[in-house]
Amino acid sequence: MPNNPWFQRQRYLVDFTVGALARRKGRNLALLAVYALIVFVLASVLLFSQALRHEAAMLLSSAPEVTVQRMVAGRHDLVPAAYLDRLAKVRGVADGRGRLWGYYYDPSVAANYTLLVPMSDPPPPGKVRVGATLARTRGLGVGDVLSLRSHEGHPFPFTVDGTLSSESALLTADLVLVCEQDFRALFGIPAGLYTDLILTVRNPREVTKVAEKVLRTLPDTRPIVRDDILRTYAALFDWREGMVMVLLSGAVLAFIIFAWDKASGLSAEERREIGVLKAIGWETSDIMAMKLWEGLLVSVFAFLLGYLAAYLHVFGFGASLFGPVLKGWSVLYPQFELTPRVDGFQVFTLFFLSVFPYALATIVPVWRAAIADPDVVMRQ
Amino acid sequence: MNLSLKALSRGERVLLAGLVLLASFAGTFIHAGLAASRAEHTAAANRALTSRLALTDLALFTEARYTRHRSQADLHAAFQDHPGALEHFPTGSLAGPPPYRAPHAEQPVVPEAALPR
Repeated sequence: MPNNPWFQRQRYLVDFTVGALARRKGRNLALLAVYALIVFVLASVLLFSQALRHEAAMLLSSAPEVTVQRMVAGRHDLVPAAYLDRLAKVRGVADGRGRLWGYYYDPSVAANYTLLVPMSDPPPPGKVRVGATLARTRGLGVGDVLSLRSHEGHPFPFTVDGTLSSESALLTADLVLVCEQDFRALFGIPAGLYTDLILTVRNPREVTKVAEKVLRTLPDTRPIVRDDILRTYAALFDWREGMVMVLLSGAVLAFIIFAWDKASGLSAEERREIGVLKAIGWETSDIMAMKLWEGLLVSVFAFLLGYLAAYLHVFGFGASLFGPVLKGWSVLYPQFELTPRVDGFQVFTLFFLSVFPYALATIVPVWRAAIADPDVVMRQ
Repeated sequence: MNLSLKALSRGERVLLAGLVLLASFAGTFIHAGLAASRAEHTAAANRALTSRLALTDLALFTEARYTRHRSQADLHAAFQDHPGALEHFPTGSLAGPPPYRAPHAEQPVVPEAALPR
């Protein structure tokens, strides 16, 4: 293989191209750095959004199949337990249960907690289990007391029975698990009322049909199917990704203009070089191949450097540069590590859009100069 | 075979650097695959937790009650405090319209459920 004439020829061309690039070292290194920086920013946004979207879809794939809310005057209201009996008669519904959850604003940390009654294995009365982020923010440990104010304004002390694992923080950062009896006493919700209902459907393909039947049976409700939940999060991260891209589009456009100008216009020095090469016997195809190598070396190196830096930035350093815009922020913010996720198609699209336009843009002006008479080219 | 960097020409050294970068690029796919299989145990435990607690949302946007459970908030959640109320939390301004309200969006799974009531 190395003795193959074509291979030898390409080796010499690469040698010559690298030499030519090295003669204008400062300019070419600056171009490579800016090029790689643009790829880095775009790849960071793509990798981070893809990982977040995947994490949300994976975690919420076991969310309730149908959640039924009751709407009163356009707002979410408590659901009577009698609704469960009516929904149990809807064909296709395997099981229905009432959920009890609500928010509690804690002025001491200026944050909302989500209080939830687990459907199985609730904590004993007077005890709570708290999310790892909440425990860290409030400095709570097992055996400590978390005092909340009841709906009547009385203090309602709870003993922390346990904390939820920090690995589940993306789901449980602000959760406070309480038993049903304490939840109703704290918020003054009488027995027979739930926050919302969840349904299990016998045949997963009938979920939409069941949701339609729920709406016909109880017109004052709003069924939310699992697909809607998944699409809400997919749309949310798509939107945020789009917002960041819009903010970056000015910089990207500026770079495109700069790179296009650099690639498609030849300096007098480059023209003279082409003229000399022609005069000493280089063929047009050799000159074009040399310039194509130049374009490919710059753009492929910029892509690889930018992409690898982005991968390290997102999965090694938690996307510290613009993570807050993409994932949000708040007082009770979960600490989580994203599982690296690479979408081959997305990476290929980025590669195609960042490498080929530049490599091709270098060819046209070179071809124009290379087909001209060397004497004319050198005199220009 | 005695391979010394000094014996290589400048072009060959650049190509070698390119190969190293290319191998690292391929390595990111392998790393992502390995990390995903390593995280599978935690992922399964978290999926089970979602199912056991019947959770519907991620705890990413905890600052306001209508952003904490994005999928459960009603369609005009950002404006529900009073008519004409402006959005004042960062999540709301970066959350975008519900998927079925965006132009050219897919229809909601249950169309009537999306109607404001």
